[in-house]
Amino acid sequence: MAESTVERTQDDEGEDRRDFLYLAAGAMAVVGTGAFVWPLVDSMNPAADVLALASIEVDLSAIEEGQAITVTWRGKPVFIRHRTAAEIEEARAVPVDELSDPESDDERVQQPEWLVMIGICTHLGCIPKGQKAGEIKGEYGGWFCPCHGSHYDTSGRIRKGPAPLNLPVPPYEFLEDTTIRIG
Amino acid sequence: MSNGFMENSVVRWIEHRLPIFSFIDHSVGSGYPAPRNLSYWWNFGSLAGVALVIMIITGIMLAMQYTPHVDYAFDSVERIMRDVNHGWLLRYLHANGASFFFIVVYIHIFRGLYYGSYKAPRELLWILGVVILLLMMATAFMGYVLPWGQMSFWAATVITNLFSAIPLIGESIVTWLWGGFSVDNPTLNRFYALHYLLPFVIFAVVFVHIWALHVHGSNNPLGIDTKGPQDKIPFHPYYTVKDLFGLGVFLIVLSAFVFFAPNYLGHPDNYIPANPLSTPPHIVPEWYFLPFYAILRAVDFDFLWIVPAKLGGVILMFGSIMVLFILPWLDRSPVRSAKFRPIYRQFFYIFAIDCVILGIMGAKSADGNTFGMTNVFISQVATFYYFAHFLVIIPLVSTLERPKPLPSSISEPVLKGGGSMAGATAKPMEKA
Ligand code: HEM
Ligand code: FES
Repeated sequence: MAESTVERTQDDEGEDRRDFLYLAAGAMAVVGTGAFVWPLVDSMNPAADVLALASIEVDLSAIEEGQAITVTWRGKPVFIRHRTAAEIEEARAVPVDELSDPESDDERVQQPEWLVMIGICTHLGCIPKGQKAGEIKGEYGGWFCPCHGSHYDTSGRIRKGPAPLNLPVPPYEFLEDTTIRIG
Repeated sequence: MSNGFMENSVVRWIEHRLPIFSFIDHSVGSGYPAPRNLSYWWNFGSLAGVALVIMIITGIMLAMQYTPHVDYAFDSVERIMRDVNHGWLLRYLHANGASFFFIVVYIHIFRGLYYGSYKAPRELLWILGVVILLLMMATAFMGYVLPWGQMSFWAATVITNLFSAIPLIGESIVTWLWGGFSVDNPTLNRFYALHYLLPFVIFAVVFVHIWALHVHGSNNPLGIDTKGPQDKIPFHPYYTVKDLFGLGVFLIVLSAFVFFAPNYLGHPDNYIPANPLSTPPHIVPEWYFLPFYAILRAVDFDFLWIVPAKLGGVILMFGSIMVLFILPWLDRSPVRSAKFRPIYRQFFYIFAIDCVILGIMGAKSADGNTFGMTNVFISQVATFYYFAHFLVIIPLVSTLERPKPLPSSISEPVLKGGGSMAGATAKPMEKA
């Protein structure tokens, strides 16, 4: 460099114009590569048709007290349980601060008899048992995930096992007394 | 390579422009001198290479018949089994071939652990091997999803959900992996694309692995360096023939499974088409993932209030392989072979048993009991031991243990005509 015949402006630290050009070109290369890679990465995210999956309406009138149905929304099972008075009572009686994911039963329902949640274990995504009559419901009378043994209570809250969170409540609203729209 | 061959004018014409014949000769021919004392434990490297080739060939033939779509995948595999000429053979070879690929590679790895093949100057060789293991796991996992049975679907769901344990960005990563909000057609499609790609990436890494191998040559059962030509024999014909014999045995055992027990290593639930609304009561991964699955499930407690159980399990599961990367620096003993390391040898066997226990626990249901202890408890102890072996026992033993005297060369006992690896004349191996 010192032999360079072209005279170059040099400040005290020995930095010169060429260092600046290297940095600027390098930075442009990084930005340019990033701008090219991002569309590739992002193409793997949910596509517009997948995102466009409409919301669904569910008629609850046929579900007897104590029964439950499973509907599919965005490819996921949604559990809808018509809870008995005893189940509601049980869910309300639990002191909230004893829960590992503290949530009161009131926060999880719009109308106490109807519990609506996404039926996917918050551990690693299995479908917990407890929807059908005769299926094992776990130690807290709600749901039991057979994959690694998570127990959920009658409010769908995690009580025992490796799952970290309660079964999530999807966005939904009551259109009539016995019709809801999920999504 | 015989001189006659190299004098052929066509061969010489090619050799002058592309020295491929001398390259082959220096890789697996008479031009590659190998230690003269290699035992049958040294067969498993070349066997793994053959297994990879079998997987690629049967895989490409299957790919010509397979349809990667959630509505057709299961049926296209059944069609391969029933209608495609010899389709059952292709699929059974591919499915059982995957299992045998893992058996061979696991033996290959434990060979390295016993004889200290990961030590200088072979650290990079070892690291490349661990990279191959990781790539194999990813490939086998995605291949298992392709038939789109119940086990395929739920394996895909559980394994991709592991990434949701990552704080903050976990959920976005999982959605990105799926290309949707659950394991679905986009997931199957990309798994198929990657399942086709990764074996060729493995092939490339294997190439570099062998390149690194040939820089310093094979380790050997004594773990001492070769001192000169008297310690070596040409790879061809001595080890080519030995490898071929081993290959024959391997193919007999593989055939026994393919023809007489093709579904023994599989799981019957995978003959039920995938149903996103119902998880089978007992899901287990393929046998070769069981020890890692046991480690994952062992963590059912939050760690120090900052690492939730789910994240802890995932960290330990990946950590159980990551620790292999730093093994060359955890083991400070300059003596390679466990033959001359009485204490390490015992811990080696305990470690092997520990891995088997983890495998057995991985196959059992999480809430069961064995010998009056809960399976989770046994898994926790075995997981603890797994990491203690690498992080505590190996560093301690390697500094405290007094190794047995090393023979001064590979050929000495042979050429002196008897087992005189006399301790008196032995000098400790120079720091490698
Ligand atoms: C490292 C090498 C490979 C491994 C470990 C591997 C592993 C697997 C496994 C475990 C399965 C599931 C088998 C079953 O239960 O049916 C599978 C399926 C499949 N693989 Fe591979 N594979 C490899 C290479 C390849 C290659 C190179 C191709 C194509 C070019 C391929 C194409 C397929 C296809 C089409 C299926 C679905 C059909 C079936 O399930 O039998 N594989 N693979
Ligand atoms: S997925 Fe439900 S406990 Fe693991």
